[in-house]
Amino acid sequence: MSTAMFGAPVRRHEDARLLTGAGRYLDDLGHRALAAAFVRSPHAHARVSDIDVTAAAEVDGVVAIFTYEDLTGRMAEPLPLLIPHPALHAPRTAYPLARGEVNHVGEPVVMVVARDRYLAEDAAARVVVSYDPLPAVVGLPAARSARHAVHPDVPDNVAAHLVQAVGEVDTAIAAAPHVLELDLEIERSASTPLEGKGVYARWNSDEGSLRVYTSTQASTSVRAAVAAKLGLPLVKVDCIAPDVGGGFGVKIVHPWPEEVLVAWAAQRLAALAPEGIKWTEDRWEHFVSSAHERGQLQHVRVGFDSDGRLLGLDVTIWHDNGAYTPYGIIVPIITSTQLLGPYKPGAYRCEFFSLYTNTVIVTPYRGAGRPQGVFAMERTMDAIADHLGLDRAEVRAVNFIAAEEMPYDQGLIFQDGRPLIYDSGDFAATLDKLKALVGWSDFQAYREQARAAGRRVGIGLACYVEGTGVGPYEGGHVQVETSGKVMVATGLTSQGQGHQTVLAQIVADELGVDFDDVEVTTGDTRRFGYAVGTFASRAAVMSGNAVALAARKVRQKALRIAGEALEADPSDLEIVSGVVRVKGAPASAIPLSTVAVLSNPLRYAFDEAAKAATQFAVGDTSKPPVAEDDEPGLEARDFYSPTQSTFANGMHAVIVETDPDTAEVRVLRYCVVHDCGPLINPMIVEGQVHGGVAQGVAGALYERMVYDDAGQLLNASFMDFLMPYASEIPTVEIDHLETPSPLNPLGIKGAGEAGVIPGSAVIASAIEDAEGFVIRRMPISPSELFELRASYAAGRVPGLRRTSGERTDPRTRPGHSPDNDSPDNDSPDKET
Amino acid sequence: MSGGRITALKPAPFGYSAPASLAEALAVLAEVGEHAKVLAGGQSLLPLLSMRLAAPRHLVDINRVPGLDRVEIVDGSVRVGALVRHTDLERHEGAAAAQPLLRQALRLVGHPTIRNRGTCVGSIAHADPAAELPGVLVVLGGRVEASTAWGSRQVPAAEFFLSPLETALRPGELATSVSFPVAGPRTGTAFVELSRRRGDYALVGVAAVVELAPDTSISSARVGLVSVGPTPLLVDLSEVLVGRPGGARELAAAAALALEHAEPEADIHASAQYRARLVEVLTTRALAQALANASHEEAA
Ligand SMILES: Cc1cc2nc3c(=O)[nH]c(=O)nc-3n(C[C@H](O)[C@H](O)[C@H](O)COP(=O)(O)OP(=O)(O)OC[C@H]3O[C@@H](n4cnc5c(N)ncnc54)[C@H](O)[C@@H]3O)c2cc1C
Repeated sequence: MSTAMFGAPVRRHEDARLLTGAGRYLDDLGHRALAAAFVRSPHAHARVSDIDVTAAAEVDGVVAIFTYEDLTGRMAEPLPLLIPHPALHAPRTAYPLARGEVNHVGEPVVMVVARDRYLAEDAAARVVVSYDPLPAVVGLPAARSARHAVHPDVPDNVAAHLVQAVGEVDTAIAAAPHVLELDLEIERSASTPLEGKGVYARWNSDEGSLRVYTSTQASTSVRAAVAAKLGLPLVKVDCIAPDVGGGFGVKIVHPWPEEVLVAWAAQRLAALAPEGIKWTEDRWEHFVSSAHERGQLQHVRVGFDSDGRLLGLDVTIWHDNGAYTPYGIIVPIITSTQLLGPYKPGAYRCEFFSLYTNTVIVTPYRGAGRPQGVFAMERTMDAIADHLGLDRAEVRAVNFIAAEEMPYDQGLIFQDGRPLIYDSGDFAATLDKLKALVGWSDFQAYREQARAAGRRVGIGLACYVEGTGVGPYEGGHVQVETSGKVMVATGLTSQGQGHQTVLAQIVADELGVDFDDVEVTTGDTRRFGYAVGTFASRAAVMSGNAVALAARKVRQKALRIAGEALEADPSDLEIVSGVVRVKGAPASAIPLSTVAVLSNPLRYAFDEAAKAATQFAVGDTSKPPVAEDDEPGLEARDFYSPTQSTFANGMHAVIVETDPDTAEVRVLRYCVVHDCGPLINPMIVEGQVHGGVAQGVAGALYERMVYDDAGQLLNASFMDFLMPYASEIPTVEIDHLETPSPLNPLGIKGAGEAGVIPGSAVIASAIEDAEGFVIRRMPISPSELFELRASYAAGRVPGLRRTSGERTDPRTRPGHSPDNDSPDNDSPDKET
Repeated sequence: MSGGRITALKPAPFGYSAPASLAEALAVLAEVGEHAKVLAGGQSLLPLLSMRLAAPRHLVDINRVPGLDRVEIVDGSVRVGALVRHTDLERHEGAAAAQPLLRQALRLVGHPTIRNRGTCVGSIAHADPAAELPGVLVVLGGRVEASTAWGSRQVPAAEFFLSPLETALRPGELATSVSFPVAGPRTGTAFVELSRRRGDYALVGVAAVVELAPDTSISSARVGLVSVGPTPLLVDLSEVLVGRPGGARELAAAAALALEHAEPEADIHASAQYRARLVEVLTTRALAQALANASHEEAA
């Protein structure tokens, strides 16, 4: 056996290329293509009364200008609703170009095609669009009030309403000895990959075919969507995701208006655009016309016993889905199910309203609804602990699902339409590791020490469970070439995560070849046409298992052919470093390259090695050269399709320091314990955790989308949207557990989103601990913390019981009867 | 840059010249006058062009003009030519010794990549009310040399900054250098600011200069405040500090006086109250540091 690659911190195959500027991103392609630019709505809500393109058409170099009126066939229909759901009773999607009405600033209204982007922008600036402004619905309170409607035929602004329940929550809460209510709020952020979107399409008039390059997370699905919109047979459309400079969710949405418009225009203008048409999104466009996430209001009502054990949990969520719902209601579904984390909630009821606003659409961003759910659950855990005067870690521990209880059915339906059943995990062990890593038990001493030096510090923790590796399927193709090189293809895409490395590690082990001999292609429909896409921490689980299964098939075939050549039983053979040999008799061997030659019976010797497979060189003349149930070639493809998701989990703890004068928040330590099953490549997993934590810290302390009441995004640039720099991100300390999944051949779970999920929850927990008053809303800036301190001082924000010394553990309070079942034994400390 | 409406990230058409001498640069500026913009490091101008928030008809790129890249210590001033990059001045030992406030402030300007290209004079000509160097020029009482084809004039700092992004430079004038007075004996300086991310423009920034008398009591004290007014603000704190040692209570009184002169406003990053609080906290911190540096000077 070659040294095992699975589990080794192998250096990323991609890096030499990407780090030396040899990557090929969308804008590196199509230098001679025409350029598209878009006239976008400056209004959040308006009727388009007139479009005058006369002046624009006069700009030198303009090739074409399109409005909605020019769209033909299925291009004139709304963009597809990607994920329908019965609870999404009022779905709305945009037209590729606005049809009479615009619903958010940035919505495309006119498309200009010109010789280059500068000219296209000059012309776009001369297009005169007349608008009749309508009242804009901005923010969840405005959407809920329904004083104005985003879509006239949805007067209450409710796109979807879903209730899931397990048990009788009202009864459970009524019977609970303690009840608390919390109002929570989390603001918008966004994926903001360093490379925005982009699409480059070229029509081949000779072949009547279209090639589309797009910076996407789902090339097979873009292909299908473009073919459907343009009425082309699928085989006439290729779609390729070149190097993609980050996605984080925003590029799973498709087809974007620009994707279909550029493809459509490339075909329509073929004679004028022999080199195709390209559009590269600029940063401003990305802010106002791609997608955002996170914005929710939540109301939690929880009943619990004196150990902090949950008896009933009732959560209502108002989710801001922006102007349209192309991606369905995946985000709030994930919030409402993954909110439960590692806990048993007792009776549970979760109701959400997904609401329209005149803002950019909301679709999954790394974490995809989980950060909000974890925020709700973990704020609740902290509130319970503070209410009872118990240790925050202990309150969590009493609610954990035990390792012996796995698999554990939460009784809900998950985002993939399947039951929410946790496959494995050892939450108590994870928590023990976290407490040891951060020094949970020693913190009080540290706090005293810091306090004596005039410093204010706090500690927080947060736990999560993450459904990863959702279906329906992925496939893999593995081919050993006659050079001995192994070519692997999978249809899902890569945005820099390291798929090429990880999949090569898996295939190298399965096949018994050197890692360097394996080359992996992702996201190219010419190589593999069936795929779902890269999202939901699914690539390693789905494509990893698929390429492993395909490699196993290839291995079997190689052993069979080599067995014939070596006159040995295949079960006596092994493959080591690309050579098939008899176990214990390594002299009796044949290289895989030769096996590849033999696998393909030939008439013509195209090179020296091929001679071995020609008709006068091999073969039992009594049998057909290719057996009845065989195929030529040393290659195979296979698919992996699980019955359900596999559930990773983790826990984070942070120590923060808050400046008593300036209210700045510094993260002194950030500790992560993470369990995604066996690690294929620990270095890559840690990198994923680092990046996730960076985005978690970003969402907690820096990033937000600042809309004014008119629906203008006030911080649509990296100057004012405060994506943190490396200097703002703490060192991340990581420890792992490796609880295998029983669900898939490799036993693995996804790791892509983990790092970001508990960011706002854990930092809120620590700030609250440092400050001594409740934090109910994230993100938080120094200015806001300063204002909160003033509100607390004025009695408008409740303090923590543990710091105000209001009281201690109720079980030890004189005169307290633990049997008292009156629900208002603790009157709900409802906040405003 | 919040507020303006962005509509694209590609500049509108413009003319361009790259003169090879100062005389030629001044001649071109004289010709194109009010429709021209000088292009120095481009770190502020190019984003404005790309967002079409500015659309000058002509750019005069001064990067090939010889002789503008000198740092000289002459006539009691550090004289900084129009092509001296932030990094050049930050690393200039002579300048740091002559006027320590320069290095203290320059370290806070953007990031190394921006400082490698951006110019000190450009930063002052650009007159962003949150920028560090305008605050330094004001607190030190420096001046700007403004040149045209017909001659040059010296504009004192106090008269140079008119409003956000607006200065006393006239159409066709090139700022050829700025001069920062060197520090006197027993003088300490400090630049303290708070920005949301390292290298960002400050929410509030305070440049402090404190001079000690031979008996180590304070003989003069002033601060330059940035990001709390349309231009950098100079506040003379002598009335509360002169003749005193600079204890905690005196610094608090000085901070309160500084706040009286500040005009903090709310924006999307900070409330007006918070900015006001920062004026006090950062003024106190800057004065304390400047005092410590002055005592250190004195001891040396
Ligand atoms: C990401 C980023 C962060 C930054 N952070 C900071 C920061 O924290 N603090 C800070 O102070 N700055 C910051 N800056 C701005 C930077 O310091 C610029 O270098 C500086 O503001 C302008 O200098 P410049 O040479 O680049 O000028 P340019 O961009 O070339 O010009 C700016 C303006 O000044 C005019 N101008 C330039 N030189 C002259 C001259 N000699 N005579 C007449 N007019 C002239 C131009 O016409 C233009 O109007 C940042 C910039 C970026 C991109």
